Amino acid sequence: MDNLDSVYTDLIMEHSMASHNKRKLEHPDKCEMGHNPSCGDEIELEIKMNGDVIEDLAFTGHGCAISQASTSIMIDTLIGKTKEEALEIIDTFIGMIKREIKDDSELEKLEDAIAFKNVSNMPARVKCAVLAWHTIKDLLDKEK
Amino acid sequence: MNPETIRKDFKIFENRDIAYLDSGATSQRPYQVLKAVEEYYNKNNANPHRGTYDLSIDSTAEYDKARDKVAKFINAKRPEEIVFTKNATEALNLVANSYGLENLQEGDNVVISIMEHHSNLVPWQKVTKIKNAKLEYMYINRDFEITDEEINKKITDKTKIVSITEISNVLGVKTPLEKIIKRAHEVGAIVIVDGSQSVPHIKVDVQKMDADFFVFSGHKLMAPMGIGVLYGKYELLDKMTPFLMGGDMIEYVYEQETTFAKPPSKFEAGTQNIGGAVGLASAIDYLENIGMDNVEKIENELLEYAKAEMNKLDFVELYAPKTNENQIGVLSFNIKDVHPHDTATILSSCNVCVRAGDHCAQPLIRFLNLPATCRASMYIYNTKADIDRLIMALNKANDMFKKWRKA
Repeated sequence: MDNLDSVYTDLIMEHSMASHNKRKLEHPDKCEMGHNPSCGDEIELEIKMNGDVIEDLAFTGHGCAISQASTSIMIDTLIGKTKEEALEIIDTFIGMIKREIKDDSELEKLEDAIAFKNVSNMPARVKCAVLAWHTIKDLLDKEK
Repeated sequence: MNPETIRKDFKIFENRDIAYLDSGATSQRPYQVLKAVEEYYNKNNANPHRGTYDLSIDSTAEYDKARDKVAKFINAKRPEEIVFTKNATEALNLVANSYGLENLQEGDNVVISIMEHHSNLVPWQKVTKIKNAKLEYMYINRDFEITDEEINKKITDKTKIVSITEISNVLGVKTPLEKIIKRAHEVGAIVIVDGSQSVPHIKVDVQKMDADFFVFSGHKLMAPMGIGVLYGKYELLDKMTPFLMGGDMIEYVYEQETTFAKPPSKFEAGTQNIGGAVGLASAIDYLENIGMDNVEKIENELLEYAKAEMNKLDFVELYAPKTNENQIGVLSFNIKDVHPHDTATILSSCNVCVRAGDHCAQPLIRFLNLPATCRASMYIYNTKADIDRLIMALNKANDMFKKWRKA
């Protein structure tokens, strides 16, 4: 029960229903598909860069509350960051879910995305939480 | 024998307080099966067909006995028509790669249904691409049926192979096998039947249905994982070239040439899973002791109860035919506006085990225009109490999501 309530929080549920990041960009620089073949979750991320800064980021697709909320919160967190800052945040997020980060102060840079910390207690849902983050990493790597 | 008595044979329920509703993925095992496997390894284990000593001969005898048992269980004409495989997937790959690649010509059709598991779909994509043949689908109507019209339209003179599931792993719906096989044979096609979801639950008679090949996995009928069955008509098996090459499937091996053993040996390369075969034979004994008629009866009652209870929940969408006569204890459903993974997570917090996702049948899920489904699948050890737990958990999931829905 504790696990459930610590994952299905108001913040996560509100973001899973929110639509402000679920849209198509007019002139994206790049896009990338993310897919969890075993569960059918599918997202497409679009990015618009301004020099080294992520100017805009949006997604379309479908999935469970955790994958949808994780994508939306990630977008809020990464817009306005430089590519280098973004990559650091992404690695921290994935590290948090994999329980590789012991020092909680490191997680501060995640802002709202810290809300997914307890997903690490639900092995079956880890892949839902990290889908968008792996996808954006591929997208930023493509940016080089 | 009632479900409460049967349930006591499954020791996992003493160790785990769960409503296990995922038998469509894999079943639980009664202690009798586990004991038979243990006894085999404690008393008779050696490499069969190789040793001249008594132990190896005993191991061979156990293996042959298991083959006989399977042959009688599905009513094959002779035990040589039973090939042991790893599972149904390997059996289907064997037929597709051996029979399919050898017999398909450019322009031929292979016909499957939209309800196939990926294991009866992807191998046919492979061989039809290699042979420039076409892969055709029989679709279902709104009540999840393949109509006579659809059968006659898709199975034509061009059709050389029809490969069809007996029961859908997503919907629990029986396909009109008799009509499909009759039509296929009229146009000169051979038929492969995927019995993965049927053999554990209903009486199967391969001669009566006149299937040319029939496959199933042991682990879905209470046998250990890693043992499966390919049945094939002997004349067909005899003409086919082997799928895997290696030890024990040969006659004479020269430096450049080899002659092969007769079926079933020629399809059983390498050391086989004798412990698994012994476990499968024991699982068949277990089922026959209950009686397949009783198995069907127990599961029908449970399905009826589950469907009636779920129909009372206005927030649940069921993907099932209106009547139960063509359905076994497999139910796909969703809570409206809640993703199946979220539903399954909340069900899991109530110790209710269901599967959520595409159930290895992506084309069907896409055809039904769903993102995914939850699936509750039942077996003889399930009771009404398991269904009550499912209903309780569904109510809880709905309550939890209600407050955010369209907020």
